[in-house]
Amino acid sequence: MRDEPLVLGIETSCDETGVGIVRGHTLLADAVASSVEQHARFGGVVPEVASRAHLEAMVPTIERACATAGVALTDVDAIAVTHGPGLAGALLVGVASAKALALGLGTPLYGVNHLASHVAVDQLEHGPLPEPCLALLVSGGHSSLLKVTDITGEHGDGAGVDPMGATIDDAAGEAFDKVARLLGLPFPGGPHIDRAAREGDSVAIDFPRGLTSRRDLERHRFDFSFSGLKTAVARWVEAKERAGERVPVADVAASFQEAVCDVLVRKALDAAASEGIEDLMIGGGVAANSRLRAMAEERATRLGVRVRVPRPGLCTDNGAMVAALGSTMVARGRAASSLDLPADSSLPVTDVLAG
Amino acid sequence: MLLAFDTASPTVTVAVHDGNDVVAAHQSEETMRHGEQLAPLIERTLAEAALRPAELTAIAVGTGPGPFTGLRVGLVTARTLGHVLGIPIHGICSLDALAVQAVQAGTVAGRFEVATDARRKEVYLAGYDGEGRRISGPVVDKPAAVASNGPVVGEGAALYPDAFSDARGPLRPSAEWIAVAVQQGRAEILPPEPLYLRRPDAEIPRAPKPVS
Ligand SMILES: [Zn+2]
Repeated sequence: MRDEPLVLGIETSCDETGVGIVRGHTLLADAVASSVEQHARFGGVVPEVASRAHLEAMVPTIERACATAGVALTDVDAIAVTHGPGLAGALLVGVASAKALALGLGTPLYGVNHLASHVAVDQLEHGPLPEPCLALLVSGGHSSLLKVTDITGEHGDGAGVDPMGATIDDAAGEAFDKVARLLGLPFPGGPHIDRAAREGDSVAIDFPRGLTSRRDLERHRFDFSFSGLKTAVARWVEAKERAGERVPVADVAASFQEAVCDVLVRKALDAAASEGIEDLMIGGGVAANSRLRAMAEERATRLGVRVRVPRPGLCTDNGAMVAALGSTMVARGRAASSLDLPADSSLPVTDVLAG
Repeated sequence: MLLAFDTASPTVTVAVHDGNDVVAAHQSEETMRHGEQLAPLIERTLAEAALRPAELTAIAVGTGPGPFTGLRVGLVTARTLGHVLGIPIHGICSLDALAVQAVQAGTVAGRFEVATDARRKEVYLAGYDGEGRRISGPVVDKPAAVASNGPVVGEGAALYPDAFSDARGPLRPSAEWIAVAVQQGRAEILPPEPLYLRRPDAEIPRAPKPVS
């Protein structure tokens, strides 16, 4: 089974109950049940609501994945599960279910890191991951720049996944949600901002680019900050409203989006150049943003950097990404995790596989 | 071969019943950490009973009420294992397990209540007849609101002596008695749905505050 293991992956770190099935690097099923609609009126994910939804969706989603893949659970070679980082109570539902699968089927269990899974998923679309590569992960929960030397986490003395930078305040996706709310657009904000921005002028308003001044670059060369940008947008919108003028939603959305993408791409390419890395992978929910994809492609090409972005459905949280990383663990002969695997809400990105 | 477990209290408890008797049982030495402890305890209990998972014929699980996070670990484990093995899952109100045990052990006679710790200075409470059949509840409430001088079994009574003057054992539900209750038909069989009794904490946000 080493070469083409049949792996079932479970993801429950936030509001998506994801179950994916892969054979080697081939995607067979990617079943996702989302509780996003239950959170919409709260303007963000409510942990207890998410956990309850995971319990209800877990077994039906497993069944749906098996039906789509056309496999029986008894055919599965290994189970992989996100055991962190994420919402503690939500993670726990997936971890407990994965253990029950491993126990009932007598298969090995791999407790893997959610962030590394966002990187590994690209293998399902573009084949084996170039190592080293640089990964830009941007979503409602994370904004990280990672140097990936070994996606399974083992590389000589150092970690195989090294954090180069991260947000020092809001995650990129959070900024999208907050600005969407200011503009009266629904939650989650990403897709709505993206759509509104298509009708707008991205240079209409010169919003700030966080942590790009010379002084900031000394300490935070590869880090991000979106909180100042969000405040700047709020001020601008309020000033318009106070003056009794119409808020040009499309222009605000486009200019805000441009500011976020500009910083993300600029820093990612700077990191690639500084490490001499020629492959940039972009993942996480914000990677579904059309402007981010286009801008990264355009600027990277000029610098001779290749860009890999999975299709939008694989960028948001899903079980296939966990299965993809689990499959790589099996293929590289990594030792399975123990049945007392904990859920770890603040799991560091360097811990790719649980012992 | 019935596998029973409960995660509705701080203790994780697992048992196997062969139709005649409990043949293996384990409970966690550490409290809490249900997610870490349940699966290894099941593995150990099955090993001790010399059973492969495929030899199980049914699962019984405590459905609470109990603190949500731990409770869900038991329920998702039962549902997943039941699905994998293709066997039925019987839910039992976790308070019923305490009631059956108390009747059997003779710590109560006649009507009584069972109360467990619901945290936030509240208890989960249900009323039982002399046979240990539930006749009211379960509910969640402040001890003072459901105070009683009659016999009350469970940790909830022991924790609030001002409200419950006649506290009795046992304190926490055990899988052995969940198994016995199912095998002997001494408790109502429920679907494997959590008895939360409380709505999730969630606030609808107000309009964003102006920044300038
Ligand atoms: Zn994610």
